[in-house]
Amino acid sequence: MSEQDDRIRARQRERAKVMAWLLGGFVVLLFAITIVKIQAGMGA
Amino acid sequence: MTAQTITLPAEWRDFLALTKPRVMTLVVFTGLCGMLAAPVAIHPVIGFTAVLCIALGAGAAGALNQWYEADLDAKMKRTQGRPLPAGRMDRQSALHFGVGLSIFSVVLMGLAVNLAAAAILTVSILFYVLVYTVWLKRRTPQNIVIGGAAGAFPPLIGWAAATGDVALLPFLLFCLVFLWTPPHFWALALFVKTDYANAGVPMLPVVAGERTTRTQIGLYTIPMAAVAVAPWPLGLTGAIYGIAACLLTATFGLLAVQVALRSTGQDDKMKPEKRLFAFSILYLFAMFGALVADRWMLA
Repeated sequence: MSEQDDRIRARQRERAKVMAWLLGGFVVLLFAITIVKIQAGMGA
Repeated sequence: MTAQTITLPAEWRDFLALTKPRVMTLVVFTGLCGMLAAPVAIHPVIGFTAVLCIALGAGAAGALNQWYEADLDAKMKRTQGRPLPAGRMDRQSALHFGVGLSIFSVVLMGLAVNLAAAAILTVSILFYVLVYTVWLKRRTPQNIVIGGAAGAFPPLIGWAAATGDVALLPFLLFCLVFLWTPPHFWALALFVKTDYANAGVPMLPVVAGERTTRTQIGLYTIPMAAVAVAPWPLGLTGAIYGIAACLLTATFGLLAVQVALRSTGQDDKMKPEKRLFAFSILYLFAMFGALVADRWMLA
């Protein structure tokens, strides 16, 4: 693989890492929202 | 944009830069204040989600703005380093990112918070992209006056997120940001005028000249001051906000009058203009901070 390919792979890996963190955070947020909505529903 | 071919995928930092993070802080702050000033308490998780959606929506609008204005940004010193004019990202990536983030922020707001907030968020994104960026910016020196409305929506969105509705106070906050935008932006345009001229952007100093711009700064400050203080006599806020609004607005008025009455000299450092621009940012943060402090004291 050429040096250019290495740089492309590195750039893609870096982006994938950030996307993984974002998606992980989003899952946690959705979980929290679901809990809140359920509690609100039970309280209603 | 330069015809340079882009061989590397854009960095995630460039996607972040597309969202104009610095502009986003004011949007998030005023949205949060609109939410905290509302008479209805919002659950912290839902409140966080609403502010996140306001930030993502503002970021998406910023990305779409940069997608559309890559050619203008390439001509201005202040914006040449952005991802598109600098050739670090292709325009299609920016477009896909902007559209995707817009839809994501609106759908999440609608599902997690409420439809009223999602609707106002949609209007604000479309207003900033279609009305300001695509229609007005290149055609009229009033671009910033009307386009400023896009930055005025966050307090309305924050209030709607908490209450599911809008009321007089958030509307006054909308008007405050709307009327604050022209003096804020024209003070900036006075000392970066040459930049807009190069790009052919019809900013007021470029089109109507400095004297008219200075007069407009002074004139717009009058209704802004009225709207800023109005919540107090209308009984919508207490004395904390009222007194803070009077003091801050008086200071803003003095700085604006100074800019309005003077003329640019030879090799002028433009200190009054830079002082007004800097104070105008502090002013908005302080006004909204005083509002939240006042509302929480009243509660």
